[in-house]
Amino acid sequence: MNNSLLLPLILLPLFGALLPPLFHRFGRTASAWAAAVVVAAALLLLLSLLSPVFGGQTLLYHADWLPAYGLNLSLRLDGLSMLFALLILGIGLLVILYARYYLSERDPMGRFYGFLLLFMAAMLGVVLSENLLLMLVFWEMTSLSSFLLIGYWKYRADARQGARLALTITGAGGLSLLAGILLLGQISGSYELSVVLDSADIIQAHPLYPVTLVLILLGAFTKSAQFPFHFWLPHAMAAPTPVSAYLHSATMVKAGVFLLARLFPALAGTELWFYLVASTGMITLLLGAYHALFKHDLKGLLAYSTISHLGLITLLFGLGTPLGAVAGVFHIINHAIFKASLFMAAGIIDHESGTRDMHKLNGLWRYMPHTATLAMVAAASMAGVPLFNGFLSKEMFFAETLHQGWLGDWSWLLPLGATLAGVFAVAYSIRFIHDVFFNGEPIDLPRTPHEPPRYMKVPVEILVALCLLVGVVPAWTVAPLLATAASSTIGGELPRYSLAIWHGINTPLLMSLIAMLGGALMYALRHHLFALHARCFRPFDAKQVFERLLYKLILLARGLTEVLENGSLQRYLGLLIGSVVLVTGVALWDTPLSGPVPSAEVDAVTLVGALALAASALTTTIWHRHRLVALIQLSVVGLVVSVAFVRFAAPDLALTQLSVEMVTIILLMLVLYFLPQHTPAESSSLRKGRDLLLAGGAGASVALLAWGVLTRPYQTIGDYFMQQSLPGGGGHNVVNVILVDFRGFDTLGEVTVLGIAAIGILMLLRGLRLKMPAADGEGRPWASDRYPMILAVISRPLLPLALVVAIYLMLRGHNMPGGGFIAGLVTAIALILQYVASGIAWTRARMNINYIKLTATGVLLSTLTGLGSWLFGYPFLTSGFGHFHLPLVGEFELATAMLFDLGVYLAVIGSTLLVLANLGTLTLINREMAEEN
Amino acid sequence: MSHWIILPIVLPLLSGLLLLMGRSSALLRKRLLSLLSTLMLLPLALYLLYLSSDGDYQVYALGNWAAPYGIVLVLDRLAALMLVLTALLALPAVWYASRGDDARGRHFHALFQFQLMGLNGAFLTGDLFNLFVFFEVLLIASYALLLFGGGRARSRAGLHYVLLNLAGSSLFLIALGVLYGVTGTLNMADLAGKVAAAEASEAGLLHAAALLLLLVFALKAALLPLYFWLPTAYSAASAPVAALFAIMTKVGVYAIVRVYTLIFGAQAGLLANVADGWLWPLALATLLLGAIGALAAGKLRTLVAYLVIVSVGMLLAAVSLHTPEALAGALYYLLHTTLVSGGLFLLAGLIRHHRGPAGDHFITAARMLQQPPLGILFFIGAVAVAGLPPLSGFVGKLVLLTAVPAGEQQAWFWAVVLGSGLITIVALSRAGSRLFWKTDESTPAGHRLDPWQLAPTLLLVAVAPLLLSLFARPVMEYTGAAAAQLLVPEGYVAAVLGSEAPLPATILQGGVQ
Repeated sequence: MNNSLLLPLILLPLFGALLPPLFHRFGRTASAWAAAVVVAAALLLLLSLLSPVFGGQTLLYHADWLPAYGLNLSLRLDGLSMLFALLILGIGLLVILYARYYLSERDPMGRFYGFLLLFMAAMLGVVLSENLLLMLVFWEMTSLSSFLLIGYWKYRADARQGARLALTITGAGGLSLLAGILLLGQISGSYELSVVLDSADIIQAHPLYPVTLVLILLGAFTKSAQFPFHFWLPHAMAAPTPVSAYLHSATMVKAGVFLLARLFPALAGTELWFYLVASTGMITLLLGAYHALFKHDLKGLLAYSTISHLGLITLLFGLGTPLGAVAGVFHIINHAIFKASLFMAAGIIDHESGTRDMHKLNGLWRYMPHTATLAMVAAASMAGVPLFNGFLSKEMFFAETLHQGWLGDWSWLLPLGATLAGVFAVAYSIRFIHDVFFNGEPIDLPRTPHEPPRYMKVPVEILVALCLLVGVVPAWTVAPLLATAASSTIGGELPRYSLAIWHGINTPLLMSLIAMLGGALMYALRHHLFALHARCFRPFDAKQVFERLLYKLILLARGLTEVLENGSLQRYLGLLIGSVVLVTGVALWDTPLSGPVPSAEVDAVTLVGALALAASALTTTIWHRHRLVALIQLSVVGLVVSVAFVRFAAPDLALTQLSVEMVTIILLMLVLYFLPQHTPAESSSLRKGRDLLLAGGAGASVALLAWGVLTRPYQTIGDYFMQQSLPGGGGHNVVNVILVDFRGFDTLGEVTVLGIAAIGILMLLRGLRLKMPAADGEGRPWASDRYPMILAVISRPLLPLALVVAIYLMLRGHNMPGGGFIAGLVTAIALILQYVASGIAWTRARMNINYIKLTATGVLLSTLTGLGSWLFGYPFLTSGFGHFHLPLVGEFELATAMLFDLGVYLAVIGSTLLVLANLGTLTLINREMAEEN
Repeated sequence: MSHWIILPIVLPLLSGLLLLMGRSSALLRKRLLSLLSTLMLLPLALYLLYLSSDGDYQVYALGNWAAPYGIVLVLDRLAALMLVLTALLALPAVWYASRGDDARGRHFHALFQFQLMGLNGAFLTGDLFNLFVFFEVLLIASYALLLFGGGRARSRAGLHYVLLNLAGSSLFLIALGVLYGVTGTLNMADLAGKVAAAEASEAGLLHAAALLLLLVFALKAALLPLYFWLPTAYSAASAPVAALFAIMTKVGVYAIVRVYTLIFGAQAGLLANVADGWLWPLALATLLLGAIGALAAGKLRTLVAYLVIVSVGMLLAAVSLHTPEALAGALYYLLHTTLVSGGLFLLAGLIRHHRGPAGDHFITAARMLQQPPLGILFFIGAVAVAGLPPLSGFVGKLVLLTAVPAGEQQAWFWAVVLGSGLITIVALSRAGSRLFWKTDESTPAGHRLDPWQLAPTLLLVAVAPLLLSLFARPVMEYTGAAAAQLLVPEGYVAAVLGSEAPLPATILQGGVQ
């Protein structure tokens, strides 16, 4: 069951892709050899598996990747995969030889072969996958490697654009295919082909079958350049010719039709399949054939011819009949052989004459008769001339168009279209030969043409020989391969078919005859047709359209992004606050707001406080343009809040609030100094209205929430804290015990935040040079009295007093209102007062403390206190306390929490002063600069 | 009780403090300390991953106060996964920074360590207020890091960033106030029980609190309409900082996953899955608009920033489905997108430095002298981030696509994901073409590539998506187990509250009003 030789088939070129770039330093030939050896090894490996596959076996390999989601590394080698793998490796080997002579000295050859082998691995993966998701993995990898190969000559704009166009179209198809495969897997219950191919009945009866089919077909059609997605392929011809010969005619573009063949047993045979696939194939067949005739670029002609032939193959599979599938597989082989050789011939012509323009290329027969002969054989095969391989599959195609049963009275459409396409094919094949090799003399070619290096022709010769061999003795050459491949495509008994060259005089032969004569006639009349074409069709450049479309799309995206993100902080905040109003409204819409708790009596003090709070909030907003006034109003808010804390018996909070308030006001005063005293009115009335709505809504939301919470009964873990504070935390002051013990971890985090914030502000201030205003907003100069004597005199004795108060607050904190945080702020304010009263230089000379280190020391002390509990086998921050007795002092209590609090104390001082002192330094720098001037 | 759980918080805190104590001139020693500390986080996180892998919860009661009274840290599979991810991202970022970016200001490494402390703490904590504290640590440290290196663009972007997030913090507090007011607790496990038992009269307030919390987390995660600050901020940050920021949005995603499975999940009675109806459409819109923004981007950093937004849309859409498959897929995708987008930010920094005056702008400029390594890395990173095979982006996308239940939801999700995938491919191919293919003849003027900066970039951009893809099965098995654990929060609640810690009856009755 598990054939371990399958995996190396893919891995060889995958890892082998690294070799050519590595060998590049030994020369271009070494690089080519490295690539060739890798491919040859893979080919030999494949050939060793030939006989079991020809014996009708399906070789499988399975390894889990992500089995729960159906993605497995399972591989499959049956007739169809064998055929494709042979094409990929066989033609790949020839292309490697060809490219060695095609690429110039300046082209980085190691990279070329690296990409080529990468593509080869991906393509082998596509055809060897048993798991459909795995196939998709490789499918997308072929698109990616194709992108790299088309863009190989990256300095050329057409290469870059062609590469992106191809990636976009095939990438989109790949995504669609992904969706299709996922649906297919959902329907059939597995992503393994063995299961999927056996579930045709379930799949085709499923309501999602149409969607699935369309999604999968989108993938196949984009890859195989079917109408209306065909336009990327001509632009992919910006790639070096070996790439065009290999990817864009023989292998990668065949991935789409490969998919049609692979899923043929599961998906084909329905009316929908016929209409979608056959009509797309027919349109593509005709469109490609028509355009091929009118291209003056050799590769352009071949590109459209490729599109046309891919359409032909698609049409054959679209018929949904077993014979159609056989013919399709046969034409895949034949087209790969003759088209690859034609591309190579075109590449030789381009290489040796310097142009691909058929206006200039004439009469090359005299210069390169050998190449011309090879090209003629291949072109004859493309035209479907008897005795060449193209003829055989084309006859089968003509015959098949006569035997379909879907169209009823309109059945004649198919053979008509097929014959018409045949006419065009003959005409452009003649043109390819006659225009280039005969038809007068060359017209100012960049170079004098001559035969290419010997080895450059070898790949063409081999392919052309195959054209002949298959064409003349099909039964001895291609028959077994075709039979194996076709039978694994159909997944059942092969229908009867004959590879004979002569079937007697019948309708297909007549159609061929018409095509031959019509084609010759059409070529004879070509000049009239060119004129007519030029009149009817304006030149249409898909790449330009794509680029323009993309450009417009980008402009659109940019416009949309700029509309959404206009860089306005007001808008972003507005969106946030608006969202708050919206979600609160939605949540509270249908709910009783008030709870069962009755509201308390309103007393006068509370009422006054509330009114003061509301009034100061209002006046802050109203006077926000007068910054100093607004600041004073703001401080009223803080004060009232402190009073409220006192009113509700929370002295700790009141003290904290008060000291925070002071520090904040000092901070804001320092900042305001540098700002203009007044803000100009900027908002339009519309905007004011919006802001009023937002503010009102947000205020109402929060008020509603507060009302809802306060009117409901209140049961919290707070009671536990009340009970446990003394026995568990060793302190009477519950607030402090919560801060340093119950939730000491929060405090540690917040103190860290304080420290980080201080460092952040320090970073902002570093290197900041602000212009110091000489006067206030009204034009009054600032007071010249820099350090008021009275303030200085009072503040100095105040410092030791304040420090004593701070230490007292800290020590008693565990049992009475106070604690490290408050004490820290009190100390900081006292120290700041020295800066304010006596100047930075004076203070610094007397107190040179590195505040960063002070802050860090504080946090470190708290952290280490927490770590200390590990020594006693307790978790981080577990506190311990005990009662001690000292003479004179008497009985007292010591708790580790106090050590923690000391850390908080130091950190608060450090970070507060770090910010304030450095903000103050800004003025110092300014002053020094001013004095220097 | 094992102390290992708190080490991911204490270790970076201690090294951050030590880094502050050192002299500013001792940069080399600081680098070593910072690198060592970050390096140690990795085995530590892996050990915790191992500890959590048996499905048991590890609970660490700080100060030896049992939940719900004290703060607890809880280690489950998700938390361990996030710790590992943080360590995996942080190490290359700090390594990259140590090659010179850290010398453009002071205290880079201290701030970096504090940021790690904030991240690890946010992932470990089992207490909602403590989560707020760690959000603050994160916010302030990231703000300082964002400003690192100085400059007008950074100051401006930083101002927006910090003000919006401070507003978010206030919202967080309001939401916490309501939650505490109604339930009387802050412990997440305890909240889960209280919310599930909530009566109809309380449901409205809890609903409001839940949605306000969602806003806070959505602001952090960068969900429409609250993501507009992100592109400017992330593209203004220096490369290693932006790389670390790749996980910042994921903190928001993590918080959403945690809170809306544990507290407001399927078992939450009247408040079951309150967030889903909001998340689903907004996430899909974010996904699409992010891709459009990526197409509009004029430089690589901005493009990657938008791809971060795309990934958030993808993640939250999946999270809102609340199925084990979708959650498992989302966690896998989260690993992928965090590492790869972090790597792409590093790569953008390298390109900027190496390309000369043109920087990482999509304009024609001189050829880069050492183009191949950067080009290869860009290609691999683009393939990974666009969700193309065979890298982890594809696996993640595949898993998420299959995780959406069939029907209308599936159609929407597939259309948006595949559509934005295509836009992303177009945007990235255009970017690559402009940066690497379309060159003019001017003389190259950038700095030389530093192989020691290339290596960490390679780890994130190429090695990570390759390994994640190759070992998709074990990784998905882990994320699947993590998702399963998340969706049965009863285990979490039992582990945290234990059987011995029911609320004493006296306390339940004696309420303060």
